[in-house]
Amino acid sequence: MKNYETIIGLEVHVELATKTKIFCGCSTAFGAAPNTHTCPVCTGQPGALPVLNRQVVEYAIAVGLATHCEITRYSKFDRKNYFYPDNPQNYQISQLYLPICRNGYVEIETEQGTKQVRIHEIHMEEDAGKLIHDEWEDVSIVDYNRSGVPLIEIVSEPDMRSADEVIAYLEALRQTIQYLGASDCKLNEGSMRADVNLSVREAGSGELGTRTEMKNLNSFKAITHAIEGERARQIELLEMGRKVVQETRRWDDNKESSHAMRSKEDAQDYRYFPEPDLVPLAISEEWIEGVKARQPELRPQKLLRYKEEYDIPDYDARILTQSKHMADLFEAAVRLCGKPKKVSNWLMVECMRLLKEHEMDPEEIAFSPEHLAKLIELVDEGTINGTVAKEVFAEIFASDVDPVDYVARHDLGAVNDEGALRECVEQVLAENPQSVADYRGGKTKAMGFLVGQTMKAMKGKAAPGLVNRILKELLSD
Amino acid sequence: MKQIELTDEMMEYVGILAKLELSPQEMDAGRKDMEEMLDYINQLDELDTTGIEPLSHVFPMTNVFREDVVENGDGATDTLKNAPAEKSGGIKAPKTIGE
Amino acid sequence: MDIMQATAVALGRKIKEKEITAVEAVEASLAAIRSREPQVNSFLAINEEGAIERARRVQREIEAGRLAGPLAGVPVAIKDNLCTRELRTTCASRILVNYIPTYTAEAVKRLEAAGAVVIGKTNMDEFAMGSTTETSAFGVTRNPWNPEHVPGGSSGGSCAAVAAEEVPFALGSDTGGSLRQPCSFCGVTGIKPTYGTVSRYGLIAYGSSLDQVGPIARDVTDCAVILETIAAYDRKDSTSIKREDLVFSQGLSDDVKGLRIGIPRDYLGEGLDPEVKETILEAAKVLGEKGALVEEFDLGLTRYAIPAYYVIACGEASSNLARFDGVKYGYRAEEYQGLHDMYKKSRSKGFGAEVKRRIMLGSFVLSSGYYDAYYLKALKVKALIKQAFDRAFASYDVILGPAAPATAPKLGESLGNPLQMYLGDIYTVSANLAGLPGISLPCGMDSRGLPIGLQLLGDCFQEKTIIRAAYSYEQTRPYRRSPLAAGEAMQVGQAAAGETMQDGPLAERRHL
Repeated sequence: MKNYETIIGLEVHVELATKTKIFCGCSTAFGAAPNTHTCPVCTGQPGALPVLNRQVVEYAIAVGLATHCEITRYSKFDRKNYFYPDNPQNYQISQLYLPICRNGYVEIETEQGTKQVRIHEIHMEEDAGKLIHDEWEDVSIVDYNRSGVPLIEIVSEPDMRSADEVIAYLEALRQTIQYLGASDCKLNEGSMRADVNLSVREAGSGELGTRTEMKNLNSFKAITHAIEGERARQIELLEMGRKVVQETRRWDDNKESSHAMRSKEDAQDYRYFPEPDLVPLAISEEWIEGVKARQPELRPQKLLRYKEEYDIPDYDARILTQSKHMADLFEAAVRLCGKPKKVSNWLMVECMRLLKEHEMDPEEIAFSPEHLAKLIELVDEGTINGTVAKEVFAEIFASDVDPVDYVARHDLGAVNDEGALRECVEQVLAENPQSVADYRGGKTKAMGFLVGQTMKAMKGKAAPGLVNRILKELLSD
Repeated sequence: MKQIELTDEMMEYVGILAKLELSPQEMDAGRKDMEEMLDYINQLDELDTTGIEPLSHVFPMTNVFREDVVENGDGATDTLKNAPAEKSGGIKAPKTIGE
Repeated sequence: MDIMQATAVALGRKIKEKEITAVEAVEASLAAIRSREPQVNSFLAINEEGAIERARRVQREIEAGRLAGPLAGVPVAIKDNLCTRELRTTCASRILVNYIPTYTAEAVKRLEAAGAVVIGKTNMDEFAMGSTTETSAFGVTRNPWNPEHVPGGSSGGSCAAVAAEEVPFALGSDTGGSLRQPCSFCGVTGIKPTYGTVSRYGLIAYGSSLDQVGPIARDVTDCAVILETIAAYDRKDSTSIKREDLVFSQGLSDDVKGLRIGIPRDYLGEGLDPEVKETILEAAKVLGEKGALVEEFDLGLTRYAIPAYYVIACGEASSNLARFDGVKYGYRAEEYQGLHDMYKKSRSKGFGAEVKRRIMLGSFVLSSGYYDAYYLKALKVKALIKQAFDRAFASYDVILGPAAPATAPKLGESLGNPLQMYLGDIYTVSANLAGLPGISLPCGMDSRGLPIGLQLLGDCFQEKTIIRAAYSYEQTRPYRRSPLAAGEAMQVGQAAAGETMQDGPLAERRHL
């Protein structure tokens, strides 16, 4: 078999984090009862007209700037015409001729080093509603809550060569957009969706092969599998002397395979024309400067600051800032307890361990910074010891319990009663005369054993500082 | 001047785009009307429009926005009011899977 | 004097001066509708109970001093392409036969806020596509001057209702002459304002970049006052313009001294009926005698306006009418095989021939491979036409011409040859392409006793100038009532009348 190269370009749709839809004052909140977040505009009622949400443009410019794009100073909307029940007007308001951003790039880390994936354009458009297939009646049920939710579509150049690069590119985009606060970029909720354009060619060939477009990819896993499967399918066709047909293919997560979406009724002739109901955008220098000024701290700045302000090592800072959610959590907890190293330690060690154990993304961390801060306080003031703290952290991680309540309710607080402890220590010393003798004979290591015995006797609830002090006191007698 | 001849395939294609199903008679009449109309429209070619910017909006207006504030309440009743068929709060439509 | 003979402003004054009540005005209108509808068929729905109830409330508001505007208590008819909450709105199409809007169009809202009472919805060409009101799915409307003739279109129902004195005024819409041409055919007055002056929110779109809502009434004063009421910046319509000069009644002065009026030679050439030409030139002479400076000039590009207009309007319409698909509202075919078949069957049965013709043409001119040659080319020609008007308005304040090349044709004469029908829009479509305001007012009769309309076009935002010219001209000519309004015998053609009665939703419409 010949040596093939895979050429991949991505069309990434990102739902913007606006409060309202792109063209009407309906809420964008996820998970409401069907059709509650609808009005004449987003359900395509006759006579209704769109009015552009300013924040959508603001976010689109912010994403464009963060991905090194040129901002189009005179931008327009166009209509993309196609019939589908989730598309109430049977046209989507999008941008074809003059998209808001063009010619940018995103840097990704690959095994060969840093690589630029170029961005062809970013345009604004409206999302479609949701279709739920009703098995019982074999019909579709249309819910327009999502209809008109603002999207940006980020179109890359065909610069990626493997599934790993695609994932790295998506991670980089997600990170940037989350840092900007422009979207939560949740693949599983559909607020970030990627269509993969893929072709193969003989290594060294200068020409691009025929590409296919794959849709319905809802996870990094699906994207990886779809890329691998499609690459193999195309190579097999070429090896058999057949041709790749340019087509749109739909990924089926259950079957782990894709199939062509061919239909005579699906002419793919979108008859774009300038949207007559919306006026063009003139983006001024002031506006762009304003977006820059309002831009929140992005990851590179954060990395530097963590090192300087908190004295956090580079490796740790990279992990903490991998997701904005984690970084926000870190900073909030530090603000509450003022102990960056300890907060970092909890997140780096226990939190990462639990994430891995549960196959979760850092975005899915659901506990509050208050509870982590409180936990650190409990340890520092000696109310609980390290072992108990780990157990409590697992509870915080799982169900965001208040550690103070939890410790009290489960009677996990360290025994601070000096009288009771002293009694216990006396008992331990009486039971271990050899160790006492060793210690007094200069073998200070014996102290560790005696602390361990005391903790054991106290079922782990003894305050370690106090145990140490009493032991030293009694041994020096 | 270009002369447009609309083949059966073209008429069928336009029918797919427009989601219209024309009877054979309608198709013939439609073809004749459309050819006549397109021939008439072709006189626009007499005009030299080199360097002319297409004018989609008659006035040079820009930047009309609304602020990102929720203004609409529960719209479900109104949205479903005229629906030909509904089920579980949604509008019932022919199935889309397998189309 | 008969209540219904009064103009809108006169009727409003009578109500204000407690000569009559709003309820009496509405009842008079309903009585006129009951007696004249069988002959004219201008309405698709009559809001009888709602209107009386509303008139009672308006009357209380007037008495409490909370409503004092010139239109308080005055009945109005609304073209059926303007959404009215809880009042069926069909665009005269089967595809919307059962559509009850959940909101009211902004222009109608503004009238209601001023105390006007919506009496009903008027007939029109289906989705405003047509020049005769014959493409309505619910029967034809007859011309109050002669029942054998069409009222023009697409706002034929609104114009006929005003000419028949069923209502003192109505709202219409104008995409390529749909308001000005039927005004001319029915002998009434109407204004298409500058694009963006009246909100399009709630106007069911035909050609979005061309559509405007405007008043139809029996004189210029009414039109100015009504336009003043409905014109306003609307944040729900992104193409709505913030204007400071909306007090159009300021234009109501009998003074054209020094007004520069140009008559495009291209408007007087081939295709113009000699009687119409003579009458229009006579009107120009009258204005000249009153001190206006009238001359002929070459506007240019006139013959390219219609092809450019049909490409743009049909292109936009093919997209605007895509939403009528049987999914969310309106007609859904009873039997179908799958989604696309449902779309096709619903749309093919729901739309009439003219609408389908324009959707097909519009889909074609936007389709891959033809967009540049047709749609983009038309947008460039539109730019050239706009430039031609800019040049003309550098020399003239008003462009005078006919509103239509001939008077109202007979019923059934027009639909057989669509292209021929489209050519009738020659004097009106340019104003829509260039966004200009235009007024159409009666200026005489042809030898068959049908009204001839004079059209005055102004530069963008210069409504007051054309209102002034129209008002001045109007002072020289008394209003002529249509035979139907004046109670003269109307000879209704037998066969056609039967069709009207059966097809028209007369029986059911009173319930709405």
